[in-house]
Amino acid sequence: MRYIRPLSMEDAVGQLAGSSGTAAILAGGSDLLVRMKGGFIEPDLIVDIKAIDGLGEIRETAEGYSIGAAVSCALMGESAALKREWPGVVEAAKLIGSKQVQGRCTIVGNLCNASPAADSVPALVAAGARALIAGPGGKRTVAVEAVPTGPGKTSLAKGEIIEAILLDRRAPRSGDAYLRFIPRTEMDIAVVSAGVNLTLDEAGVVKAARVALGAVAATVLLVEEAAEALIGRKLDEAALERLAKVCSGACRPIDDKRGTVEFRRKVAGVLARRAATTAYARAGGK
Amino acid sequence: MNFDPRYSGRNFTSVGTRPIRPDGVDKVTGRARYGADFNMAGQLVGRVLRSPHAHATIRKIDTSKAEKLPGVKAVITAADLPDLTDGDAAMYDILDNCMARKKALYDGHAVAAVAAVDARTARQALKLIEVDYEVLPHVTDVDEAMKHSAPVLNDTIFTEGVEEKPARPSNVTTRTQYGHGDIHKGFGQADYVVERSFKTEQTHQGYIEPHACVANVSSDGTADLWVCTQGHFVYRQHCAQLLGMEASKLRVTSSEIGGGFGGKTHVWAEPVALALSRKAGRPVKLVMTRDEVFRASGPTSATSIDVRIGASKDGTITAAEATLRYSCGPYAGMWAEIGAMTAFACYRLENVKTVGYEVLVNRPKTAAYRAPSAPMAAFAVESTVDELAKEIGIDPVEFRIRNAAQEGTRSSYGPVYGPIGIGPTLEAAKNHPHMKAPLGKNQGRGMACGFWFNFGGQTCTDLNIGMDGSVSLAVGTVDVGGSRASLSLVAAEELGIAYEQVKAVVADTSSLGYNDMTDGSRGTFSSSMATISAARNAIKILRERAAQTWDIPVEDVVWEKGHAIAKGEKYGNLAALSLREIAAASGKTGGPIAGHSELVADGAGVSFATHICDIEVDPETGATRVLRYTVVQDAGKAVHPTYVEGQYQGGAAQGIGWALNEEYIYGKDGRLQNPGFLDYRIPVCSDLPMIDTQILEIPNPNHPYGVRGVGETSIVPPLAAIANAVSNAAGVRMTHIPMSPPRILAAIEAERGG
Ligand SMILES: Cc1cc2nc3c(=O)[nH]c(=O)nc-3n(C[C@H](O)[C@H](O)[C@H](O)COP(=O)(O)OP(=O)(O)OC[C@H]3O[C@@H](n4cnc5c(N)ncnc54)[C@H](O)[C@@H]3O)c2cc1C
Repeated sequence: MRYIRPLSMEDAVGQLAGSSGTAAILAGGSDLLVRMKGGFIEPDLIVDIKAIDGLGEIRETAEGYSIGAAVSCALMGESAALKREWPGVVEAAKLIGSKQVQGRCTIVGNLCNASPAADSVPALVAAGARALIAGPGGKRTVAVEAVPTGPGKTSLAKGEIIEAILLDRRAPRSGDAYLRFIPRTEMDIAVVSAGVNLTLDEAGVVKAARVALGAVAATVLLVEEAAEALIGRKLDEAALERLAKVCSGACRPIDDKRGTVEFRRKVAGVLARRAATTAYARAGGK
Repeated sequence: MNFDPRYSGRNFTSVGTRPIRPDGVDKVTGRARYGADFNMAGQLVGRVLRSPHAHATIRKIDTSKAEKLPGVKAVITAADLPDLTDGDAAMYDILDNCMARKKALYDGHAVAAVAAVDARTARQALKLIEVDYEVLPHVTDVDEAMKHSAPVLNDTIFTEGVEEKPARPSNVTTRTQYGHGDIHKGFGQADYVVERSFKTEQTHQGYIEPHACVANVSSDGTADLWVCTQGHFVYRQHCAQLLGMEASKLRVTSSEIGGGFGGKTHVWAEPVALALSRKAGRPVKLVMTRDEVFRASGPTSATSIDVRIGASKDGTITAAEATLRYSCGPYAGMWAEIGAMTAFACYRLENVKTVGYEVLVNRPKTAAYRAPSAPMAAFAVESTVDELAKEIGIDPVEFRIRNAAQEGTRSSYGPVYGPIGIGPTLEAAKNHPHMKAPLGKNQGRGMACGFWFNFGGQTCTDLNIGMDGSVSLAVGTVDVGGSRASLSLVAAEELGIAYEQVKAVVADTSSLGYNDMTDGSRGTFSSSMATISAARNAIKILRERAAQTWDIPVEDVVWEKGHAIAKGEKYGNLAALSLREIAAASGKTGGPIAGHSELVADGAGVSFATHICDIEVDPETGATRVLRYTVVQDAGKAVHPTYVEGQYQGGAAQGIGWALNEEYIYGKDGRLQNPGFLDYRIPVCSDLPMIDTQILEIPNPNHPYGVRGVGETSIVPPLAAIANAVSNAAGVRMTHIPMSPPRILAAIEAERGG
């Protein structure tokens, strides 16, 4: 097994693209190292991206924010601007693991590990976040929901590395929120989760909405019908009822050791409703 | 020696104080040596190949490819552990569990093992072992296993304890029955009868330290074993017997222990490590992974229990009955029997009957878990008691007080009680501020009682006085909960010296006589008795030395506050001799001074507890939060109150995990789905409130200081107390443990729908 720590993105992409055998990108390692220790994978090459110039920074750009692929979730929690504009994304990132894990884990790692239960992903999808990808053929940008394609699988090609996650600057009267259900208080995997992102008009009517559900299908679900249930309305009881119903209906969950189909359906609706209420309040809705 | 173990009221100087434990600094600085911290030059890495099938005949095992892999020094199968058990069925089961002989009986059952120069080679070697399995139908559920249609695990088993020998083999190994009076008559007198059925899922002790050992078999046939265990003497007996060694040729040293809770009373890896070392001719270190710990060690029984209790209008129980079915894994046990004995032990009953069925299933061999079998029985009984109190319209605490056992009550399992603590713990609970604290929306309060026998057993202890007057105490009971501190307090108390002057260690099997293991809450109870006895023997010698120094009769020398004192007017001007002074002169007065003790510590006083807890339930998700928890328990005498409180809190914490989220989840294929702490959910710190404790001290008449065991009773009430609280909060009776959010939500929805 070979471990390298390139200093530039070109070098990292080149090494990955030129490698024979299995290669793995190492960010925080809180998924990768666990899987290696468990004997599930034995990569021939490990490319640590943490020394790449600029990858450890959160930058404010003209369009919004660029969160480097090596930015730890703890660091996201320390960014006052990010927290103000995207509280839902930050609260999702801050739910990952424990204090120790926080110092290491990244949202890009969370996304690329491609677990249906990944905590930051529904929040990112609801936020309309995009992934900036560097590869042998240059750079491209895709919606985050296009990255995971199934449990443990991504659409990234050989040699491709996500360089950053891009978030838009906020329109006025916007708010987002993320909630997950776990049986314990921490150190657990989401049984169901929901991210909601809203923008209101001056009268408090929902102008734009995105609703995403986690752990209820093979990948995170962007539920357009749920957004439609909210758009054009204030967040009254009827809208919330409809939201919960649509979300429960949109789930394609399985029965497994973490929960039943019935439970996941029911709780997806409950969480979407609660997250929407929080997002609405954050957007200044009353 | 004629040691008098009877309780004598006395004022304590050291006992009852809270000094720092002698093993504390090493533990918090990482210096303490646990099982996996032992290493030897030239040691090999041992690894075990385990069955992926729940039930399969092993047709053939081909190890030739593994043996040829460079770096592999030994490969063993059952053939390397020949059956030397000589008709001892229990030992044969242990042997078969350590290494499957004809059939693999559960997912994780060991079928072969290797010793290699490093872990990677060992892992590769396991992949090269070819096992030819014939997969058989399996059964993992206790109720399913009792059905006629269930696959039979062992066709030599015909249920025992029934009047007629059954015509065909089954998975029910034994039926047992306890009780007295006439329940038909009793139910006839009842104005109210409540009947309920309950289930509890299988849990693991969840000790943080996995099983680990280093085995070193020498070419002369002697051997050393360093191991994490609750009982190194018992491990020695078992390993020696399974390997055909004389016990004295095998020296077992126990490491510090990162939790056992009953799970380290049983050998799994140790005979395998010894067999590997014997074959390889080198030391072998064998450390189980967490996955192996879950799949192949521990767990407790899964149960299915029916309870029926009747009472008259005035709140007197007239009859009580329970049928208890406990899973044993693939080998016979007496788990249901213990459940049947403990089920109604808290109550004064004229008519009571309990029946237990031991049931074989394709799961790991059931091992003891802290008051084994009692928590599940208490869950079923205490839930029913609560329901019955509600039906009659009496406060549940009042109802229990009215029916509580007392001194002189004939217990439901036979013996007549001496002085006991059930009444006092109930009274204390009733008067506790917790009982009156207000509750908010979606919150419920529950309480429940629990009982445990406690155990005494064989104990051997040495107390050596150094020439500087410091005291080393060598005990044979592994310290799982602070017993070295407690026993040092006891030695200091008896000798009349400072706690700091005593240093206690756990001696290896070649340094002391046989000791039963640290189970049955016996560690402090029995070893303190032996320590008192050893100290008294040492005092006798100290007095003799003083008498010799003074040249007076020993009868005239008394021992007080760490000094020999010449008694009587005629010795008026003789200055007292301190322990230090006598020790300093010992080289000239007859040599080293020591006290020895060997005894069977009889009369472990039974123990009772009452727990109270408040729970909040989220009615939309079934999520629970433990808001407040109080433990009231009788300790007899709390030698070191902090560690007694630690036992109370630890038992409650484990009970909370069991009640709410912990469970073995098997797939349809009979494989364990959650062999890790991610999906086997023990509580994390933030899941628990501060657990309040109240120690009651009702002296045990059979111990010089009145001590009772305290380690186990604390896990008995939580399942029931929490079930009662959740049921009150959710407005629906919960009958299946763990009460995980999906189960609670389903129960709430069913109640709403119906
Ligand atoms: C104790 C513990 C608790 C946890 N709790 C949670 C939790 O509550 N919620 C949750 O969602 N997860 C949890 N996790 C999982 C894990 O911490 C998260 O998924 C985390 O976000 C992964 O980030 P990382 O930087 O450590 O990823 P890594 O382990 O470094 O990488 C994860 C995967 O992504 C790939 N990858 C990493 N960076 C890139 C990149 N720039 N481009 C392309 N591919 C890349 C890697 O090759 C690997 O396949 C927990 C893990 C542990 C050990």
